[in-house]
Order: sequence, then structure tokens, then C-alpha cells
Amino acid sequence: MTVEDQIDRFPVGMRVLAVDDDPTCLKVLENLLRKCQYQVTTTNQAIEALRMLRENRNKFDLVISDVNMPDMDGFKLLELVGLEMDLPVIMLSGHSDTKLVMKGVTHGAVDYLLKPVRIEELKNIWQHVVRRKNFDPRDQNKGSNDKRGPNAAGEGNQSIISEDGSDQNKNLGKKRKDQTEEEEDDGEDNGEDNDDPSSQKKPRVVWSVELHRKFVAAVNQLGLDKAVPKKILDLMNVEGLTRENVASHLQKYRLYLKKATQQASMVAALGNTESYLRIGSIDAYAEFCTSSGPGKIPNPALQSYASSGIFGRLNSPANLSMRGISASTLIQPPVQPQNLNSTLSPLGNIQASIFPANQTSSLLQGIPTSIELNQSKQNNCTTGITQVNQVSCSGFTAASGFRDRRLTVGTASNALPSAACNSPQTHNSGAFRNQPPVRPASLGTDSFDAGICGPSNMLDYNRCNKNWQNAEQLSKLPANPLPLCEPFNNDPLPPTGINVANTSTRIGNSPVDYSSRVAISVPLEDTRNELQRQEGLIENIVQPSSYTTPSQRWEEHKLEYSQNMSRPFNSVNSHVSSSRVTSSLGHNLNQTNAACSNSVDASFVGQLSGAPPSIIQCTNVDTRLKSNDAYMLELMKSRDGFIQNNFGTLDDIMVPMVKRFLMQEQNEPTFIDGEMGFEAYPVGSCI
Amino acid sequence: MLGLGADLLWADMNRLLAFLFHQGVLDEQFLQLQQLQDETSPNFVSEVVNIYFHESEKLLRNLRGLLMEREFSDYKKMGIHLNQLTGSSSSIGAKRVTNVCLAFRAATDHNNRSGCLRALEMLEHEYCYLKNKLHELFQIEQQRVLAAGVRYPVQNN
Repeated sequence: MTVEDQIDRFPVGMRVLAVDDDPTCLKVLENLLRKCQYQVTTTNQAIEALRMLRENRNKFDLVISDVNMPDMDGFKLLELVGLEMDLPVIMLSGHSDTKLVMKGVTHGAVDYLLKPVRIEELKNIWQHVVRRKNFDPRDQNKGSNDKRGPNAAGEGNQSIISEDGSDQNKNLGKKRKDQTEEEEDDGEDNGEDNDDPSSQKKPRVVWSVELHRKFVAAVNQLGLDKAVPKKILDLMNVEGLTRENVASHLQKYRLYLKKATQQASMVAALGNTESYLRIGSIDAYAEFCTSSGPGKIPNPALQSYASSGIFGRLNSPANLSMRGISASTLIQPPVQPQNLNSTLSPLGNIQASIFPANQTSSLLQGIPTSIELNQSKQNNCTTGITQVNQVSCSGFTAASGFRDRRLTVGTASNALPSAACNSPQTHNSGAFRNQPPVRPASLGTDSFDAGICGPSNMLDYNRCNKNWQNAEQLSKLPANPLPLCEPFNNDPLPPTGINVANTSTRIGNSPVDYSSRVAISVPLEDTRNELQRQEGLIENIVQPSSYTTPSQRWEEHKLEYSQNMSRPFNSVNSHVSSSRVTSSLGHNLNQTNAACSNSVDASFVGQLSGAPPSIIQCTNVDTRLKSNDAYMLELMKSRDGFIQNNFGTLDDIMVPMVKRFLMQEQNEPTFIDGEMGFEAYPVGSCI
Repeated sequence: MLGLGADLLWADMNRLLAFLFHQGVLDEQFLQLQQLQDETSPNFVSEVVNIYFHESEKLLRNLRGLLMEREFSDYKKMGIHLNQLTGSSSSIGAKRVTNVCLAFRAATDHNNRSGCLRALEMLEHEYCYLKNKLHELFQIEQQRVLAAGVRYPVQNN
């Protein structure tokens, strides 16, 4: 059968590509379609379908795809096909969730069918092909048959008028779903359209990555609001591209952006983590890059963190005081004590402190999990990547077609991705905060991955912690990024609180607080040892805070801490000490926590290349933080102290931290004045 | 005589089918499947149903495995398996199985583990019942075809 024959007998012989991972449904669908006299090609893999489509786009007229597929999200496939090949896609699903249907429609599906598919429905799907043909590149000819229907006599298309006459046009316009006579009319009409030079059907434009990139560049240059197809076309300066092509692509792009921004706003709404993270990450990244000497404490990140609402409580007094310690500073390797301080502050701070802690990379080596893992590879999302992360990462990476868009959607995201990709820091930052929020902002595949990796690392690390108290706050953060990931996932994350739960579930119930703690104490990928040290310090210090009798703990803690300090890189020692701390604290800590920490220790020890396993352990033990706030306060306090003093010793760091810790009992960040020196505060005096 | 045998078997088959429809085990989608069976795909129904059995058993095993975990919490993964089972069951017209799947899904939406367990048991029960009945149906069909084939070379239903 020649092509012309097929066209003439349209919709008979219409070429359909059916994609469904369920073999039962696929077989039934195939036979149903054959019964409708279509030409059917089937595959149970979305990737294979894409390959076939890309190989020869003109081999198919219509694509039917299932929504839930293991290798690729049906909606993603839908978007890609719509963008690249501009073929009509029909979605197929087992359940009629309104949200999903809406998603299908907004992604550009021409129809949404429910299983079990009935043959009557399949008998009508050819109309989508006709509509698409007529609406697309010949927009300016008012090529749609619908429009021509009433105006057949006068307007536009000679082809319509020539052969079919107004009657047929009207028929086409009004009675699409009708019978075979219609089909013939349509076929003829299409044939006419094809033949007629004035309304010649322009070949469909394939929006390749290159083309799309130019398009996005042009749009950005003009500004999304001012982007009109004509100007875009001029800017792009591509031969053979018509205004209509650009117009329809722009429409799709706008839809895509709207979706993405909705996701972003959802994330933002969840806790301001997005902006927070973004800022933080960007700053962190910048800091990371610049990585000045120890004393440097860029504030932007911190300040931004302060403003973010994530750790509102902690932020307000602490952050302000922390000003000197921006997240970026945290990232900076140099300052050890300072870093600690920064780590103390909420998320951003925490990160900073961890990083600056040690300049020596060896320390960083020791940094538990996330940091370590991160430091090796930028985009190493593997460590502790939770389900979510994996999903997210894959989600983003899968949407390669939208790479540009993603970047444009989140302005900060550009910075983020680089940050995320370039340095373990980003990972760390993610880890610190469990922060997915940052990642989502970036939307870039890289950043996204990085973001995900970060939290995941943390999560791993925190996995042992079952302490959910702190987790709540932390969970917010991690939760946030997840929504962003969601665009490519079918199930959007519920708002913060729930997210936390989800996150934790996915991650394997890693205690959130633990993660947060970890974040703080464990700078993400930073290879800086100081971070690790910081971590350990924080851990040690923090731990006491969680105890009801801080003073006692503090003593113990301090002991541990000192030990750790003296041999920060002595994993054995620290390990021992930390385990000691662990055990001592254990009674206070939940049994699980203790258990977790122990197990964590083991895992971490394995992970740590050298230095401070103790740090990790401390972290583990620390799971008990009563609240992130308290923890943060602790951190902040110590940070303040640190900032001022430029300590080089853990003791310096610890003292303020301890002091803070003790102060925290009063629940007051009063001492954030930061004038805590490095003098060791007697435990008793602080209480 | 042979023809009579074939007719009897035909009657048996119809009776069984009517019974299954009446019970709600099957619905009109199964009829559509039967209509799709023709000269070009003479064994369409049994092929599809066999694929369905194969896949469903896998899914049911997965579901059972997930629910039996001591620390089960992965409702999402269960949801994925369940989705596929729902889709395929409805595609072949297994109405009762589909309904139980829907109830199962509701339980997963509420993270109701005990509800899920109950639903799973019911699902397994319904599935076994369906499988037995369909096997019986196919047996009768086979015999009928054989019997009819003896009498006539081609006997379409």
C-alpha cells in the first residue's frame, strides 16, 4: 500500500505507535487498533518508542502511550514527542484521577483514555491526526478545517474551496466524529491541502535540541513577556522556520514554564527552602569557588539563609549574628573554627561551618557519608540517594528536552547547578539541609542531581537516626526539593509536613534531625577536613544539648570533643571517643538512636577515608537533638564565638558551642551576641 | 453425533460464560475480546488471558512480598504494581478482580496496612477463582473445537 493510498483511505491505515509496559493491555490494544484497520506498531518500552520515533518521525501518525511506565514517565514521553516530533499523543491510564488527566492535558496530550479501552473510542482517534495536520504549520492559512467550515466559501484555503466545496468543509468542521463519508472527505481535503501550493503543508519542524536552545536564548533575550514569535524568529535566524512554527513552539514552552514555575512555587510555599537553598547554594558555590583563606566568611549565603523561613526561629537571632558566616563561608575550606560557627547557624550556617572547619582536606576526608561521597564526585548522587533522590534525579535527567527551560525557570538554578556540580559543597549543602529545596530551584539536571545527592547523603547518614523531632524542620527542607523533582514524577510531594514523612519513608526513615545535624556537622562534599572536624565538634557539642542534663553531657561531650580535637584525624581515637560519647549519651538517647549511631558509625567508618569517624559517630549520637532549633542555636552560638575568634582549635569551637548548648536550655539565643570567647566556660557556669 | 457433542459443548461453554457474567466475574470487555478473535488471530483470547495470568501472578507475588515485609512502608511501590494489575484486569474484563484492586488501592491511599492485607487476600482469592473458571472455559472451548472440527473443517464462533 502506497503512502498515497493510505492517505486517501485515511483513517484506514493510519500508523499508530502503541506504548505500554503491561503486555496484557498492549496486546489487547494492538488487536483493538488492528480491528479499526490502523497500522499498529507496539513496544513496551518508552525508550524504544522514542528511538523509533526519532529514527523516522514520518513513520507514524499517532502515538498512544500509557501513563505509568517503569522506564520513563508517560508524561515525559508525551512532552518529548510533542516537542521533537510534533505528533499527536493519546494518553492511556488505568485510573481516572483528575489530576492526572489535567496533567496530561497540560502536557499537550490530545486525548486521555481510560482502561479498559473500548473499540468505539479507538475508532475516533484519527480525528486528532487530522486536527493536528491542519492546525499546525499552516496556522496562518487558517488551515483548520473547523474554521473553514462556516467560511468555506470565502476564506483562505483554495484547496478547501476547490474540490470539496463548502459542504464538505462544513462537514469537516462540524462533524468530525462522523462516519466514513467524512473520512473520505477528510482524506480528500487533506489531499487537496497537500497538493495546493498556496496552502502547501509545510514539513513539520523538528525542534531539535539545538533549535530549542536558540529558541530559548532568543526568548530570554527578549524577555518572556515580550517574546513574540516574529521577533523570536528574527533573533533565531534559522532558515526554513516560519512564524507559525515558532508560535506553536512558544505556546508549548509557555505551558511548560508555567508548569515548572508552579512546581517551583509549590516548593517555595513549602518552606521557602527553594529560595533559601538557591541562594545558599549559589552563594555556597561562589564561596566554594573563591575559597579564600580561613578567615573569610562571606555572608551572602548566610544572610540569605537567614531570610529564608526554613529555620525561622533559629534564623532570626542566630542568623543575624551569624552574618559573618555565610553559607558560602561554610563551604570554604579554610576556616575551621569559623566554619563551625557557620555550621551552627541554620542550614546555611551549618554548612559553612563544616566546611571551613579544616583546611586540610584530610579532615574532610573523614567527614562522614555525604561529605565524603560528595567530595569525590560532584554529581555523585549515589551515596545514600534515597528513593526520592533517585526518582528526582532520574526525573530531571530524563527531561533532557527541557534542560534549557529548567535553567531558565529557576534563575538561581543556574548558579545552583554549577554549584552543585562543581563541588562537593553543593552536595554538602544539600546534605546539610537535606535539601532538596535547593535542588529544585536549579532544575538543571546537574544541579538537580547534586541537590538530590546532597540530601541523600545526609539522609544516608542520618538514616540511623530515628529522631523525628528535629527531622521535622529538616524534613521541610528535603521535602521541598522533592516537589521540584516532581514535575517529572507522577506523584507530587505533599506539603512539608507530609513531605518529611515521604522523604523519610523513601530514605528509609532516616531521622531528619539527624540529617540536619549531619548537615551541620558534616559538610557535604567538602573535602576539607576541617569540615569534618567541625562536624565532629558540632556533633560532640550538639549531643550534649540534646541531653536533659546538659552539663553532664557537656562534660562528657567535651571530653570526647577534646579527644577528638586532639586527634581530629585520628579516626581510631575519635571513633573510640565518639563511641564513648555515644554510649554515654546512649542512655539518654533513644535506643534506636544509639543503635543507629553505632551502626552508622560502622558504616561511616567504612566510608571515611580517614579522618574523623568520630565525627560521624558524634553525629549519630547527636540524633537526639531535641529540636533543630536548639541545635541551631547551639551552632549559632558556637559560631558566633568562632567568628570572633578565628580559632584554630576545636576547643575554641567547642567552648562556644558548649556554651551555647548550655544556654540553649534557656531557650534563648541571648548569647548570640557572639562575644563568647574561646575561653572555656565551665559547665556549671553556663547552666 | 459428533456435531451433537460439539453443540453440547458449545452450550456448556455458553452456560459457563453466562454464569460468569451473572456473577460479575467477567464483563463486556471480555466479550469484546471474543469479538476480536477471528481468522487472523484465532487464539487471541486464550493468548491474552495467558499473558494476563503470567503477569498477574508476578504482580501478586510482588504485592504479597511487599506486604509481608516486617517493616513495610512502601505504599508507593505497591501502588505501582497495583496499577498494572488493575489495568490489565480491566482490559480483559475481569470485573471482580478489578473491583478488589480498586478497594486495595483505596487502602494503600490511606496507608492502611491491615486493609491492604485483607484486600490482597481477597484479590488472591478472586484471581484464583477467575483462573479456574477461565481454564474451564478454555477446556470446553478446545473440546468443542475438536468436536466441531471433526465434523466441519472450519467452525467459527
